[in-house]
Amino acid sequence: MSSFLSQEVPLSWYLILSAILFSLGVVGFLVKRNLITIFMSIELMLNGVNLSFVTFAHQWHAVKGQIFVFFVMMVAAAEAAVGLAIIIAVFRARGTLAVDRIDRMKL
Amino acid sequence: MHLIMFFVFAGFCLAGAINLLLQSHPINSALSLIVVMTSLAVLYLLLGAEFLAAAQVIVYAGAIMVLFTFVVMLLNADREERTMRSRAASMVGFPAVVVILAVIATVILQTRGLGVARLSEGITSTTELSAVLFTKLLLPFEVTSVLILIAILGAVALAGHDGDKSEGRKGEQ
Repeated sequence: MSSFLSQEVPLSWYLILSAILFSLGVVGFLVKRNLITIFMSIELMLNGVNLSFVTFAHQWHAVKGQIFVFFVMMVAAAEAAVGLAIIIAVFRARGTLAVDRIDRMKL
Repeated sequence: MHLIMFFVFAGFCLAGAINLLLQSHPINSALSLIVVMTSLAVLYLLLGAEFLAAAQVIVYAGAIMVLFTFVVMLLNADREERTMRSRAASMVGFPAVVVILAVIATVILQTRGLGVARLSEGITSTTELSAVLFTKLLLPFEVTSVLILIAILGAVALAGHDGDKSEGRKGEQ
C-alpha cells in the first residue's frame, strides 16, 4: 500500500496536458461556427493556461503563482459577463449566432 | 494513487475538451466544458492548490457556466451551420495548431529540473494564500473588485439597452 501511495507524477505531464487543452481551445476557436461555442473555446484556453500556472507554482513552491490564477479567474468572470452581454446584443441586432453571417461591422 | 487519479481526471479533461469540439449543439458543448473544469479542479487539488480547486468549482463550473447555459437557452441557439469558409479556416488552422503543440511539447520534454508531484507533499493552505493576497497584493485585489463592478455595469448597459423603451411602455399602460 505504501508503494502504491508513493507513486509520483512528473510535472511535465501536467504541462503537456495544459498544452493539449490550450491547443484544443485554439482548434475550437478556428473550427466552431457558433458565437457561444467560440467563446467557450476561449474559456478552455484560459483553463489550460491556469493549469500550467498551478503546476509551476507547485514546482517552485510559490504562492504567487496560485494568486495569479485567482486573478485570472476573476478577470475571466468579468470577461464572461461582458462577452455574453455582447453576444445577446449581437443576437438582438442580427437574429443569428452563426459567425459566417455576422460579417459586417455596421449594424 | 496519485498516478491513477491523474490519469482518470486527465482523461476526463481531454474527453470533455474533445467532446466540446465534436458536438454541434452549444448546450452539449457547455456541459462538456463543465466536465473539463470540474476535473481540472481535482488536478489542482492533486497539485496542492486547495483554495483554487474550490474556486474553480464555484466560479468556473458554477457561476460562469451557469451564465453560458443560461445564454444558450435564452437565445434558443440551435445546431451550427457549416459553410465553405469554415472549411478553409480548419485547413489552414489544423497544421498550425499541430506545429504549435509540437513546439510546446518539445520544449517541455527537453526541460530539465522539473520536479514530480506526490500525494504526500504539503498543500498550500488558504491561510498561506490569503496572507500574501491581503498584504503584499492588496492593491491588485482591490483594483480587481473595481474591474468586476465595471464589468457588471457594462453587462447591464450592453444587454439591457432596450430597457428604457419597455419601461416607457409600462408607464403608458
